[in-house]
Amino acid sequence: MTEPSKKTGRAFGRDQVIKIITSVINKVEHAEGDTNDAIYMELRVLHSLIEEARREVGFARPGDINNKYIPGATDELDAVVEATAGATGAIMDSCEAIEGIAAEIGGDASAKLIEQVTKIYEACSFQDITGQRIKKVITALKAIEEKVNNLMRIVGEKLPGIEESGSQGAAEGDAALLNGPQLPGKGINQDEIDKLLSQFD
Amino acid sequence: MAVDKNMNILIVDDYNTMLRIIKNLLKQLGFNNVDEATDGAMALEKIKAKSYGLVISDWNMEPMTGLELLKQVRSSNDNFKNVPFIMVTAESKTENVVAAKQAGVNNYIVKPFNAETLKSKMVTVLGDF
Repeated sequence: MTEPSKKTGRAFGRDQVIKIITSVINKVEHAEGDTNDAIYMELRVLHSLIEEARREVGFARPGDINNKYIPGATDELDAVVEATAGATGAIMDSCEAIEGIAAEIGGDASAKLIEQVTKIYEACSFQDITGQRIKKVITALKAIEEKVNNLMRIVGEKLPGIEESGSQGAAEGDAALLNGPQLPGKGINQDEIDKLLSQFD
Repeated sequence: MAVDKNMNILIVDDYNTMLRIIKNLLKQLGFNNVDEATDGAMALEKIKAKSYGLVISDWNMEPMTGLELLKQVRSSNDNFKNVPFIMVTAESKTENVVAAKQAGVNNYIVKPFNAETLKSKMVTVLGDF
């Protein structure tokens, strides 16, 4: 797709580059008379488009994105996971200590304490869920990082193939099943899972 | 047949928090012989080395997932081939449940879950206790 440049107002893109290259090839294949001048003009236009594309990429500061913003963001998210894991561990240490005390007390009070501790254990599973969600975000950021790297390599070394897709294809087979945790409404609940399983019996 | 609360149970999850939660919940249910593994490959090694009455496994782990673990267990010719297997996972899409069932899972618990759900699924798989 051709997008207008914000800096120059000119539209450029892969389609336009391909069109010019095709035009040059046609002229070379059917070379007659003053064709060399025409080819030269086409190549000048092509050259300016490539330079403009490079400038646009430069304005986006892809180096900053890859060297600063994405590593910074992933570090922050790793820290969130680490902090919540630490806090959850501390909560569970206390729960286990309370369970020990409850065992010493015995009776109804003990049962009530254990009941509440169980609820805390259940609630602590938030750390697993949030951890998995954050892991997905980190994976997405790393995919962006890879695409920016590809872009820099392409623009820096050869034609401005800025729409080239990355090396990561869609997952297949069992790997395609790893998409959880699902957002609310995107998966099925335990009752629905039970119903589904019962259909196999 | 009554459930032997002394049986060995293997829990598999790459999150230490989940291992602790499940282990503590099992302890409250009276099951104290609980081993842990943090991915499918480690779990498979333990299953080959020791007899388990139940495996409770997460799905999304690296390098070997819970589904791959289940498939390897079910496709083996060893004694552990038919070990009861409960998947405990955040993967809650219909296709996941179907894939797990087709691979031979005995029951499926979606995270987050509570102690009551864990117990009820264990009862379904093992019998009342």
